[in-house]
Amino acid sequence: MNRFAKSWMSAALSLAIGIAMMLVLPGVLDDYTLIQVTIYAVMSILGVSLGFIWGFGGILCFGQAAFFGLGAYTYAIAVMNMGDSTGPFLLAIAVPALFAMILGYVIFYGRLSDVYMGVITLTVTLILFNLINSTAGPEWKIGSAPLGGFNGIPAIPTLNVPGHPNDVLSPKDLFDLTFVCLLVVYLGLRMLISSKIGRVIIAAKENEQRVLLLGYDARVYKLFSFTLGGAIAGLAGCLFANWGAFTSPTIFGLAQSAQIIIWVIVGGLGTLVGPIVGCVAIQWLTTQIGTQQMFNSNLVLGTILVVFVLLVPRGIVPTLGSLGEWAFGRMRRRKASSTTAAAQAETAPAMAATERAT
Amino acid sequence: MELALVIVIQVLYAVATLFIISAGLAVIFGMMKVINLAHGEFMMLGAYATIGAIRLGLNLWVAMFVVAPIAVGLVGVVLERLVIRRLYGRMVDTMLATWGLSLLLIGIVTSIAGDTTAGVSAPLGSFSIGAYSLSGYIPVVIAVAIALALAIRWVLMRTQLGLIARGTMQNPDMANALGVSPSLVYSVTFAVGAALSGLAGGLLAPITGVVPTMGAAFVAKAFITVIGGGPAILAGLVGASALFGAINQLATFATTPVIGEVALLAAAIVMLRLLPQGITGRFFKGSL
Amino acid sequence: MDRRSFIKASGVTLAGAVAPMFPLAALAGDQLVVSSILDLSGGLDIYGKPMADCMTLAVEEQNAAGGLLGKQLKLASYDPQSNMQLYAQFAQKAALKDKAAVVMGGITSASREVIRPVLDRYKTLYFYNTQYEGGVCDRDIFCTGVTPGQTVAKLIPYSMKKWGKKVYVLAADYNYGQITSQWVKKFVLENGGSVASIDFFPLDVTNFGPAISKIEAAKPDMIVSALVGGAHISFYRQWAAAGMTKKIPLASTTFAGGNEHIVLSPAECNGFLVSYNYFQNLDTPENKAFKARFYKRFGKDYPNITELAMGTYQGFKLWAAGVKKAGSVDRMKVIEALESGISIDAPSGKVTLDPPTHHCVLNVSIAEVKDKQLDVIKTFPQQKPSDTSAVCNLIKNPNDNQQYVIKA
Repeated sequence: MNRFAKSWMSAALSLAIGIAMMLVLPGVLDDYTLIQVTIYAVMSILGVSLGFIWGFGGILCFGQAAFFGLGAYTYAIAVMNMGDSTGPFLLAIAVPALFAMILGYVIFYGRLSDVYMGVITLTVTLILFNLINSTAGPEWKIGSAPLGGFNGIPAIPTLNVPGHPNDVLSPKDLFDLTFVCLLVVYLGLRMLISSKIGRVIIAAKENEQRVLLLGYDARVYKLFSFTLGGAIAGLAGCLFANWGAFTSPTIFGLAQSAQIIIWVIVGGLGTLVGPIVGCVAIQWLTTQIGTQQMFNSNLVLGTILVVFVLLVPRGIVPTLGSLGEWAFGRMRRRKASSTTAAAQAETAPAMAATERAT
Repeated sequence: MELALVIVIQVLYAVATLFIISAGLAVIFGMMKVINLAHGEFMMLGAYATIGAIRLGLNLWVAMFVVAPIAVGLVGVVLERLVIRRLYGRMVDTMLATWGLSLLLIGIVTSIAGDTTAGVSAPLGSFSIGAYSLSGYIPVVIAVAIALALAIRWVLMRTQLGLIARGTMQNPDMANALGVSPSLVYSVTFAVGAALSGLAGGLLAPITGVVPTMGAAFVAKAFITVIGGGPAILAGLVGASALFGAINQLATFATTPVIGEVALLAAAIVMLRLLPQGITGRFFKGSL
Repeated sequence: MDRRSFIKASGVTLAGAVAPMFPLAALAGDQLVVSSILDLSGGLDIYGKPMADCMTLAVEEQNAAGGLLGKQLKLASYDPQSNMQLYAQFAQKAALKDKAAVVMGGITSASREVIRPVLDRYKTLYFYNTQYEGGVCDRDIFCTGVTPGQTVAKLIPYSMKKWGKKVYVLAADYNYGQITSQWVKKFVLENGGSVASIDFFPLDVTNFGPAISKIEAAKPDMIVSALVGGAHISFYRQWAAAGMTKKIPLASTTFAGGNEHIVLSPAECNGFLVSYNYFQNLDTPENKAFKARFYKRFGKDYPNITELAMGTYQGFKLWAAGVKKAGSVDRMKVIEALESGISIDAPSGKVTLDPPTHHCVLNVSIAEVKDKQLDVIKTFPQQKPSDTSAVCNLIKNPNDNQQYVIKA
């Protein structure tokens, strides 16, 4: 499975599916569904950010929602003060990245391990939540944008075409932009993973000692991936603020961070497609639960999480992949056992394929 | 002068509360290295068990000190057998599985009891210090925390059970070779931790609104206190609750409850940066 | 991973994600959709459940009476689980997919401000039936709940006359609490009193010990509480535990909006004063008849028919009256019909729509908490929404679209 998953073929395939969806869906779906697909795509970007730093960087961040929220709030405050949205868009990526860099410095250069890192990231997201939650008074403003406390900031102006402040994006334009961002992020991360930097990041996750002995400063690489993860989460936050035209402190909350972790677990840790699948599945499920009164949403989500951790620990995507490989392998063996000559002829190209792919 | 005394009592109260709510988590994490994120929900179950027992006519104190711990201890045993047992050694997976359990428990209780806030009034009226009157319940909580600390120390140091538990935690294979069954020890320890959480929930029932989601407010603080305490269970717990509880309450007095919370969280980050192993990683090393 | 299985996986996911989104079999043409967005889980459900029940009753009664304009009504109810993102999503769904004739919902002011722009954008009528801090000026929305200019304006002078002039204010830290506390301050000062302090508490605070000590140090004559939600109930508990309930009296703009007076013991809250439009114990023929129908539908031991629940019921009836007058569910026609000043006879008394503000002229009563019941002491008939009408006139400025906030 890993061979195909890591090869450029699977990346090209995912990209092709993504582009096809982007071109076909607006013509097929009605406005409402298009808007729903947009929010799924936005959250998928967020899921991918955690999937990257956790699955490939080995960093379990309990507070990825902090960067998401920072991106949303930065965009909202900046666009209400600046007017044209190009600057705010870039700021919404830069500010969370900066914050991630500082936080990452504290964590990695302090040589904190797994659990402690989990606690610190959790604590940071709680601090942000508590602080922003208490800014309801009218005295809490940055420029002309009131922070709003628990209510958040409503009526956020939408992104506009750079340079033309009155040319605002329509829902369909937002859909296109979000999808493009998702595909760019996916492609970029895939290329990063197969590059030299990416290999060091993955090696640092597997065995930090060894990487250090080989002469690489693992902390720098971890800091880099953490910052990148923060930047991507900030991008998702900016797009979220545009989708809903509001932002509120609950984005910083524990519940939001928990959701992101659940998406990655359910979808598949160690893949980039996994978090996307997990995010869409869980988001859809949550919306459906809201339209019926029989099952409590916590009950359903809790059961899913427990079941997945116990029975499907690797997540949907890798498990489906293994199932497929198992089925494919069986058919292959049946074919091979019919004639030994055919079997011999098969192994030679198989070996060549192995050499090519690695 | 009176205000100073009131502040001291309130600080002791905050420290005691933090100690009590973290005790269950500390036992489970310190002994088994399992991060139980369903800790808040164990407390919630304890609170509901207390209220249920009172509705059935039991005395408040019996409900709090007997019914709540036993009920939640049993739940702990069941969950340990079904879920936690399969995940030993996989710290991240236990975190996630217990997170799932916490959502599940919230969902179950909501479906049964509904979301309406339940509760019971605080017993023991009030007492006065000069112009200030305080709830009579506050000294009770402080006394319980002290008693709990002494009890934990006694069990671990002076009883056979405590000896076996400590031995198993230090070296399970050796304990196994000596005839102790580690899985039994783990079950009992988890049950004890759960019972302590249930007790905490019962104690809190008179002073907070009892809703299925009440656990969320406590689990983060308990988590931070336990991790900040470090490897030694009791010393770490006492040290961390004292430090964080004091900072929290003093900041709240000086400004607002929100700044108090933020101060506690910020102190945790600073402390972890300075002492990555927790308080007892550096001070009181090797103590209980 | 195998190529085949990957394609299968993506295909399945895509189909699974998209399939349920395709519009279901088109609604039968002889049905009108009414959407409700009310929290039935999460922290707000103590408010949301009675509201949803009244909504159900109202729709059922209308259908039993032959529906509206000859068509039956279908109630599409959504539970946003106190999650902001879901408020936006369900508002979009109601407007775009259900093509609802009207959306009734939103409990906190925060949720209303998420729903309102969405429904404005997609031109769907919105009824916000919860008592709130006043000031919303938007032609697309009708606010049928009481506002501070109606309730606080009466509660403060009454309680100050009874108890004294030095007031200590506690409020929930979000826009409702912030704005309401400013109104309290205004009315206290207007009646010759003084405000010792205004303290804000975020919705999840349960530790009120230091706050109580601070109140004791300030020695006020009375407390005004605008605390909201399940966590804030612990204030009343801790207040009583410190023995303060007997020493310093309390009035509140939010107490008993849920079931606080039933959850707390009489010793903890007897003597509290509250002021709303509707009380279960109001002694009018309409209320008696309503209660008979309500208990028949939901059982005699229903804990409390809340102010918010009645707001929902009255909001629906008002909308139905508007539709009947307009003869259609077209949004502008209904708005214009309502703006002609429609009145209905509701269980709380007469409810009239105030055209320039899209708010309602309502009866306001003051009640005292007594042994888990609310005893109505005094009723002030037909109070105008004076706070909103001071700043908002939709007849003169039909394109106005904002929430006006009292200057601090």
